[in-house]
Amino acid sequence: MSEKIRIEIAKPGLDGHDRGAKYIARALKDAGYEVIYTGIRQTPESIVATAIQEDVDFVGLSLLSGAHNELFPRVVELLKEQDAGDIIVFGGGVIPEEDLDFLKTHGIQAIFRPGTPISDVIAFIESTRKGHAA
Amino acid sequence: MELVTDILAGKTRAVARAVSIVENNSHDKEALIDALHDYTGHAAVWGITGPPGAGKSTLADCLIQKERDAGKKVAVIAVDPSSPFTGGALLGDRLRMQTHAVDPGVFIRSMASRGHLGGISAGTLDAVKIFDAAGFDTIIVETIGVGQTEIEIIELSDIVMLVLVPGMGDEIQAMKAGIMEIGDVYVVNKSDKDGAQRLKAEIEYVLMLKEQTNGDPSPGILMTSSRDNTGIDELHIHLTQLYHERTRNGMLSVRRKKRIKKEMDDIFNRKVQDLIEKELSLSANSSTWIEKVYRKEIKLYSFINNTLAEFERSNKK
Ligand SMILES: Nc1nc2c(ncn2[C@@H]2O[C@H](COP(=O)(O)OP(=O)(O)O)[C@@H](O)[C@H]2O)c(=O)[nH]1
Ligand SMILES: [Mg+2]
Repeated sequence: MSEKIRIEIAKPGLDGHDRGAKYIARALKDAGYEVIYTGIRQTPESIVATAIQEDVDFVGLSLLSGAHNELFPRVVELLKEQDAGDIIVFGGGVIPEEDLDFLKTHGIQAIFRPGTPISDVIAFIESTRKGHAA
Repeated sequence: MELVTDILAGKTRAVARAVSIVENNSHDKEALIDALHDYTGHAAVWGITGPPGAGKSTLADCLIQKERDAGKKVAVIAVDPSSPFTGGALLGDRLRMQTHAVDPGVFIRSMASRGHLGGISAGTLDAVKIFDAAGFDTIIVETIGVGQTEIEIIELSDIVMLVLVPGMGDEIQAMKAGIMEIGDVYVVNKSDKDGAQRLKAEIEYVLMLKEQTNGDPSPGILMTSSRDNTGIDELHIHLTQLYHERTRNGMLSVRRKKRIKKEMDDIFNRKVQDLIEKELSLSANSSTWIEKVYRKEIKLYSFINNTLAEFERSNKK
């Protein structure tokens, strides 16, 4: 049997719009991944607890509300604290250009802004997945 | 194995990793499960099955709360089908249970069926053992059950709840023959909706017919609304009492031995098949043999019997 890539798709923050998150969750399922969808209004704590229990390879964070500079790095930090720094975090949503560097230096390995084709996300997953000869 | 020590200590990451090992059928799976064997058998395993959308996950969420209130540690395994086309899966059950995500006494794990038929995944039973050894008192296994094939949940659980909802009149007809056999406890969920009472009466009727044929005591039918949190106390008490009763009257060990028998048969079959494949190079040779049978050079039964007899002889030497 082969290993399957497992991906948590979560929405931190207070906004209740999960169309984008659901879209990406479905698209990644269609691409052959196992996607764990946790729904809206997740705290960084619940996102990280979920990632660890589900033994995911990736956490994808989706956010529209603008709190990404606090919430995204917090997820990375908590993963490291809980000895799960190997889980790869990426983000998506309405994120201004000027925040991209900040997020990258805080451990968010990729940011996908609205309009990004899903094939970019898949390419990112395939090139960073565990065991991939870089 | 360090992993085993960490599992027995209930360390979350170790438990999660171990579940992946059995899920992926990795080569260290067998040693892992054997190492945990002596530490299993303490947890109560509750199955929840029923059609999609019946409220199984929401009900599991309510039952987690009840068990936590009773001081129990709870693990949930929620199985959803993998797409037969892409192998992908969208696992959304834990969405309904996320309030428990950060509770250290709760561990929720989603599993995709990965091509395994029968409603569960090939790793589910081993995952139950891992949670059991890790000290969880109650393990809730959620699976989709819509037909007669998804009955492995019975073999896996100590108690099975079949969750049905009003407004599925025709479905209950279809379910009569097969899936109605599987419940120990029938839950009419969404009792806040019209038709709940009628559904209950229908189930009673079906069960009455069933009773006449096998003489089992009649199972409980409980009405719940996991939306309004009504009937949950009654359901929880019913489950707890049924479990105690089964422990006391020996039904629990009967069931668990049946489970072991099923597992043993499955593992033997799989291993014997692997052995034959290896010893007789089945897949490499089969096209030649097929050709010979087709050309009437050999006959199926005599050929296979001779081949196996030959294999046996060479093994005895
Ligand atoms: N009206 C009503 N809706 C419910 C009840 N229980 C669950 N639901 C809703 O039914 C839908 C499916 O629930 P879910 O637990 O995901 O069902 P599952 O597919 O069987 O796991 C959700 O929208 C729930 O909010 C209930 O008792 N009453
Ligand atoms: Mg569900």
